[in-house]
Amino acid sequence: MAEPIIRVENLGKCYRIRHETRERYTALRDVIARKAKGIFNRASSNRHPESGEEDFWALKDVSFEIKQGEVVGIIGRNGAGKSTLLKILSRITEPTKGRITLNGRVASLLEVGTGFHPELTGRENIFLNGAILGMTKAEIRSKFDEIVAFAEVEKFLDTPVKRYSSGMYVRLAFAVAAHLEPEILVIDEVLAVGDAEFQKKCLGKMGEVARGGRTVLFVSHQMAAVQNLCQTGVRLVNGMLQEVGPVGPVIKNYLTQTHQIAQSSFANRRDRQGTGKIRFEEVLLRDAAGCSVAAFDCGAAAVMALRVTNHSGGPLRFVRVAVGVDNDLGQRITVWSTHLAEKDLPEVNASVHEVKVLVPRMTLAPGRYGYTLFCSVNGETADWIKNAGSFDVEPGDFFGSGQLPEAGQGWFLMEHQFDLSRGGAASSGAALN
Amino acid sequence: MMEKLVIEAGRSEAHYWRDLWRFRELFGFLAWRDILVRYKQTAIGVAWAVIRPLLTILIGAGIFGGLAQLPSDGVPYAVLVCAGTLPWYFFSSALSESANSLVGNANLISKIYFPRMILPASAVVVAFVDFAISLVILGGLMLWYGVMPSWRLLTLPLFILLGFVAAMGPGLLFTALNVKYRDFRYIIPFVVQFGLFISPVFYSTTAIQERFGDTGRVIVALNPMVGIIDGFRWAICGTTDIHWPSFALSTGLSVLLLVLGVWYFRRTEKTFADVI
Repeated sequence: MAEPIIRVENLGKCYRIRHETRERYTALRDVIARKAKGIFNRASSNRHPESGEEDFWALKDVSFEIKQGEVVGIIGRNGAGKSTLLKILSRITEPTKGRITLNGRVASLLEVGTGFHPELTGRENIFLNGAILGMTKAEIRSKFDEIVAFAEVEKFLDTPVKRYSSGMYVRLAFAVAAHLEPEILVIDEVLAVGDAEFQKKCLGKMGEVARGGRTVLFVSHQMAAVQNLCQTGVRLVNGMLQEVGPVGPVIKNYLTQTHQIAQSSFANRRDRQGTGKIRFEEVLLRDAAGCSVAAFDCGAAAVMALRVTNHSGGPLRFVRVAVGVDNDLGQRITVWSTHLAEKDLPEVNASVHEVKVLVPRMTLAPGRYGYTLFCSVNGETADWIKNAGSFDVEPGDFFGSGQLPEAGQGWFLMEHQFDLSRGGAASSGAALN
Repeated sequence: MMEKLVIEAGRSEAHYWRDLWRFRELFGFLAWRDILVRYKQTAIGVAWAVIRPLLTILIGAGIFGGLAQLPSDGVPYAVLVCAGTLPWYFFSSALSESANSLVGNANLISKIYFPRMILPASAVVVAFVDFAISLVILGGLMLWYGVMPSWRLLTLPLFILLGFVAAMGPGLLFTALNVKYRDFRYIIPFVVQFGLFISPVFYSTTAIQERFGDTGRVIVALNPMVGIIDGFRWAICGTTDIHWPSFALSTGLSVLLLVLGVWYFRRTEKTFADVI
């Protein structure tokens, strides 16, 4: 096929940001007041009447082409313009500049369960949601049984969905979406819902869709999912297209880019406390081999390298360093501290040092963790940066069983075994004593 | 065969009406959803569509016909009020629901593409279903008082259509304004309340003509509802005559408002997803 199925040319989207008002909608009162002010001001000054506004380009000069049957992963950090691109592709919002040529029907899945009505039954919602996603009535009818079977909600078809468990709700919503058959399917990060079993099923279904010759555009932060599903990667940085190419190298570049951000420098932090005899400069994440990484893997060795500088002018003794690790709710999960692990650091002389926290096996569950850095000299706080930065822990094969731990199932992993023995109630009680 | 689609700034304008036709099934589904949901978890369900206008008619007829002894154009006062109340209920519920339709479906607008005009239009359809049900009252009252329908009753759909036009215009205008200025959330109930008194729901326009002459009747017709209610009374009661200058004025206004509504809606539509 000579012609690409999607051609994006010089695409740009500009949003106007207001600085003065925080609300997204304007009150009529403000508009009238501003207009009135404008009348009076016109004579005296010729300032820009809406000086509180600023143009922000969420996407700028993006051009690429996608061939039919390609499965494309769009990757980039938060705010890189991924969602804006998807919104323009699915025609929810118009581009400010440029054009997109699409040679096929587009269905977009920016959210699971869009338009579900809580008062309607499962059966009614399948039809409604199907229609909203762009299926015809005949199409929905012919796939109805398949959808119900996929969602595993046969028994509750005539119950209003407001009485569904959240798991059932999500399953039903995804089942409808999974049975869309457009030429181009646009999917935002919607797979991060449901239990692991169902997620796997969804990924399987997506793979099937992709193999069926359809073109899929897929946004996700889960690099593993992107790697598995996509052949092509499109990487956006700050609204601009950075690269398009085979997915492997694109992901690699993305991870290096995020790594540069993960390696946070504290030179500009003003919210630090302490005498300043020793200052934290930056933090780097490494793996067992000493290579820089963007995130730690569950079950693997982890190294957190803290670069510190001695500003006191002379050698310092009795130096203690601690790293407090918080979960995403801000609760302290654990602390890595020289005080707990061993004695104080050996003498720190006047230069730059690297203090490494060596964790032989990462037992934190997959997720994002914030950390606080603390350093004291002779019992006196030298540097203390609360919420200094964060690191991610990616799912890894902690138990060596080929199974990945799930996010949301607790905060840490613990080695354990199961044992089955005959009539063991009494004896196991004894064993615990 | 593959369909080709070009997305460009200002491009959606070109295919607008074709798109509206393509999304007719979604339009049906949304209307169907709102009708299904309307009386869910109510004890007497769809009976509400009859009870509310019926009570209004009884009170209106009691106060204006019974106490105030206003002239009734030679038909029972209850029938006169009924022919005013039913189109008024249709208009007011169509107006207020279509005005809230965009904000009420913000999640759809920010996640899915479809011609946005579907939402206010389906809200009007829902109001029409209520109206169709409430026609039972009219039939009942005509039987009770023995009012004979004439051939004019066949023209009623024409005036219902005019009701659609009258509700759709301000509905589109208000709903688009409501997206940007939430002030309209407070303005609309006020307009509806106020409109009940300036529209000839409880009294007839001939009563105004007797008091204030032709000019008075024309001034009153600056309200689009006047033409519709007069039309209803002409078709149903068979006694009231249509006063052409005022009918033309109020119908012209309805059409003008519709054109204005469509124009403003189309103009602001593409920013809905960004603003809502």
